[in-house]
Amino acid sequence: MIPAAVDYVRPADLGEALRILKEREGEAKVLSGGYSLLPLLKLRLAQPALLIDLQAIDGLDGISRTDDDIRIGARATHRRILEDDGLAAVLPIMRDAAGGIGDPQIRNWGTIGGSVAHADPSADWPAVLQAVHASIVLRSADGVRVVPARGFFVDTFQTGIEPAEILTEVRIPLPGPKTGSAYQKLERRAGDFSTVGAAALLTLGDDGRIAQVGIGLTAVADAPFAATNAEDALRDAQPGDELFRDAAAAASRQSRPADDAHGPAEYKRAMVTEMTFRALRAALGRALA
Amino acid sequence: MTKQHVSVTVNGQVREADVEPRLLLVHLLRDVFGLTGTHVGCDTSNCGACTVHVNGLSAKSCTMLAVQADGAEILTIEGMASGATLHPLQQGFWDQHGLQCGFCTPGMIMQSAWLLARNPDPSEDEIRDGISGNLCRCTGYVNIVKAIQQAAAELRAAEAAPDASGAPAAAS
Repeated sequence: MIPAAVDYVRPADLGEALRILKEREGEAKVLSGGYSLLPLLKLRLAQPALLIDLQAIDGLDGISRTDDDIRIGARATHRRILEDDGLAAVLPIMRDAAGGIGDPQIRNWGTIGGSVAHADPSADWPAVLQAVHASIVLRSADGVRVVPARGFFVDTFQTGIEPAEILTEVRIPLPGPKTGSAYQKLERRAGDFSTVGAAALLTLGDDGRIAQVGIGLTAVADAPFAATNAEDALRDAQPGDELFRDAAAAASRQSRPADDAHGPAEYKRAMVTEMTFRALRAALGRALA
Repeated sequence: MTKQHVSVTVNGQVREADVEPRLLLVHLLRDVFGLTGTHVGCDTSNCGACTVHVNGLSAKSCTMLAVQADGAEILTIEGMASGATLHPLQQGFWDQHGLQCGFCTPGMIMQSAWLLARNPDPSEDEIRDGISGNLCRCTGYVNIVKAIQQAAAELRAAEAAPDASGAPAAAS
């Protein structure tokens, strides 16, 4: 499969990339690792006139920590996230998710920003970022916007990115003590997209009750979403299997899966219950560890 | 669309070409440079037959544009042997019957080379995980795993006694 004819530029800094993107608004696409965009180009589902390759721009692929949050550059590869021990220590959900994405070659090149901007409803990062209450940093020639991950994924392959903006960073609030997080992915074949994915984050208060919670679901709606009904059931409650079963059932009721090659909707709803339950249990175990 | 000049170092040799930006890296290697050892299998980034190293990282060359690789160091299956001496991975696949039809083999070897460069002594599970992006429809993988284990042992031995055998060093 051959992509349609296209031009290619590799700007040396972000300012130049943003200027070109603004000049060519609506006809340019931003290229990161390429493992989401190249398949679209080859299928000719995307036919931009220009590709703006971010690979030469320094400072977009780091993972750093401030007093308040963890900042992951948009060009951080899945492998870099997978192998970051400091990140895994505070947010093991990131290692869970990164390790399940694609295969080794894809993890070598695919990036979190590319995956988030692409917004495949079966991709893992969008649900994870909603569970951990992340923000998305969007830059344009005119300034910067920091928007919550919740609400960013508006529909299948559609996000809140404006045509002249580049996604440059993901910010995750630094979790407090007694926080646990986990991602549970059900896939039909090794390296496949999720049939169902459940992301959970729990922070326990001094009284042992659930003080903060986040649940995100992959592949069971037009866009990955936060299971807010389940979160409501969990907040301020004493954690335990019975509560987790009820919350997982609430998550399932909020999901809107479609029949497809991965299975019928009824099966997926049942798997939402199971995978959400497992993610909550794993998160609790880590919060108590 | 305008052609763009691409300069890459392939198996240690600088190669240049003027290409359309839509040209895939695998087609640059095969059709422009004549290096047909790298195979096109699924053409959808699933099967791994087109695996090469780009700046030391294994990549599926059907899912990268040639222009993205401009300036990069590329290693293909043709760069693995030292003259008439097969790379230990090539010898391992030969000795252990790690192939039947052979179509997946160049990609398997390049992915295994990347794996062994990072992890010289992988467990069977780590080998199977390491080649999980490479599909073989003949062997059932059992002999592929044995071939990689043989090569890993030989490379470790060569590393421990670098002067003894003159065995080629691990790729990248």
